[in-house]
Amino acid sequence: MAERNGMVERRGAGLWLTHLGLIVGIAFIFFPIWLAFVASTVEQQDIVRPPMPLLPGDQFFANYARALTSGVNAPVSTMLLNSLVMAVGIALGKIAISLLSAFAIVYFRFPGRRLFFWLIFLTLMLPVEVRIVPTYEVIANFGMLNSYQGLILPLIASATATFLFRQFFMTVPDELAEAARVDGAKPMRFFFDILLPMSRTNIAALFVILFIYGWNQYLWPLLITTDPEMNTIVMGIKQMFPSGDDIADWPVIMATSLLAMVPPVLVVVGMQRLFVRGLVESEK
Amino acid sequence: MATLTLDNVKKSFGKADVIHGISIDVADGEFIVIVGPSGCGKSTLLRMVAGLETVTSGDVQIGGRRVNDQEPMDRDIAMVFQNYALYPHMSVFDNMAYGLKIAKTPRADIEERVAQAARLLQLEAYLQRKPRELSGGQRQRVAMGRAIVRKPAVFLFDEPLSNLDAKLRVQMRLEIKALQRELGVTALYVTHDQVEAMTMADRMVVMNDGIADQVGAPLEVYANPATEFVAGFIGSPPTNFLSAEVLGRAGDARIGVRPEHTRLSEGGNLTARTVYSEALGAETLVHLKCADGTQVTVRQDAASTIPREGAEVGLDWDTANEMRFDSSGRRC
Repeated sequence: MAERNGMVERRGAGLWLTHLGLIVGIAFIFFPIWLAFVASTVEQQDIVRPPMPLLPGDQFFANYARALTSGVNAPVSTMLLNSLVMAVGIALGKIAISLLSAFAIVYFRFPGRRLFFWLIFLTLMLPVEVRIVPTYEVIANFGMLNSYQGLILPLIASATATFLFRQFFMTVPDELAEAARVDGAKPMRFFFDILLPMSRTNIAALFVILFIYGWNQYLWPLLITTDPEMNTIVMGIKQMFPSGDDIADWPVIMATSLLAMVPPVLVVVGMQRLFVRGLVESEK
Repeated sequence: MATLTLDNVKKSFGKADVIHGISIDVADGEFIVIVGPSGCGKSTLLRMVAGLETVTSGDVQIGGRRVNDQEPMDRDIAMVFQNYALYPHMSVFDNMAYGLKIAKTPRADIEERVAQAARLLQLEAYLQRKPRELSGGQRQRVAMGRAIVRKPAVFLFDEPLSNLDAKLRVQMRLEIKALQRELGVTALYVTHDQVEAMTMADRMVVMNDGIADQVGAPLEVYANPATEFVAGFIGSPPTNFLSAEVLGRAGDARIGVRPEHTRLSEGGNLTARTVYSEALGAETLVHLKCADGTQVTVRQDAASTIPREGAEVGLDWDTANEMRFDSSGRRC
């Protein structure tokens, strides 16, 4: 007799097989991270002498302390802070700008409304890499090299987010805007009092995506930050790699890599609760 | 508390004329129902009064003041929407208080007015709830409450009951009417449901294709429809229309007779074949087909004998109950 559990019927051998498949898959994906962790807890000699150890060593605190305070070029704590400022700045900036532009496009009738929408949409086809030379020129002329503004501003416009918010706003019933008008709310009041709170689950979801996007920026920070004090963590890892005959300090590099993963993981885990709860509430 | 005057109000969307000139004088405290089929422009008319649509030409006056160019909030109106349009993230209290907060009403005043409205609508226990935690009828009441707390001169209702189930609709119908009487506020109520129009209106406006076919008290409109459209739209089941030709009379007029005035008889004005009958308990609707294919409905007392399907029967009525319409649909 098949016993029902949830939606899927239990099937003896099939159940074990699928679990086995999943476990192997996870082990496969997790293994490099485990190796990185092991490498960050042993001494340099242990890594370069094969075979590489598979169990953590006793240098955890020493290696991480060294990474955080001195690093190779710049202390990892500084780079983490730089990355955090950049990622949060990009995420919040993108959300603010795209919320406002989606609001304009959905709720206001102005000449060229469609044109502007398509112009914004077109920028989707121009990723940072394509416009990187002119953007560099502009930022350099503004004197924004080696600054947070320089790291954040060129990446702050987002066609994707604008499009997402536009789609969401279009599902908000027109009557809400009209009710607010009858209640005497001016457009910006409606935006802040009604539209913004209603979008909070979308904002949370987008924040996660955009934070990781900002955190993972590599090429742009590499280009405009020459001062090690302004390095971000993702490019910083690359900078740690030895050039020429230098010896790579693998334990510190691996510790840095793992530290670089922590904030995005925290954001995903922390925000996940918020937006899953929001999705379950299903309002409107 | 105010009068409402529409003076030859017209509306066009681009080249399409939607409302062809409507004039109505609404007395202070009067309950006016605008009724018509979907697409007749009744909601557009209401939205022009609310200020949510611009008026193409003509004047809208509230309390003797021309409001054509005023924002909705300056018109001293409150509106109840079909889907209630409650702010989903705000509590019932905040939903009702929102308009007052914007108007910078003192906090104590807001609380008093909301409490008063909540008492009137039996919402006191729900003030801290969110709209999604309320039933359809309760949401409807919150929407009403939001209108009441503003103490407007005119209430505007845009098909407020069409999202409710049949039983609740009947109950809310009575509640809205009672509330409007109690507050003495002028009300403009749009619906496609002729039963709502008949039961709630002091006067009703029957709209057809952007034109007000008839304005009058419900029973007056029922007894004396001005056009063929009104005769067909008001009353359920609808009026039977027969061409003069079928009745063997001269002229091209059409004769309307209500189902309740039509009798099954031996002989009579014409004969027809029974198609089917619907027994509703207290009464039975007998549907018949005349020789030329015209459908006729007869309302029979349930106690009377109902002819079998396919049976040939005679139809009869008093000439006094006949309504004659000329070829353009006007009464003649």
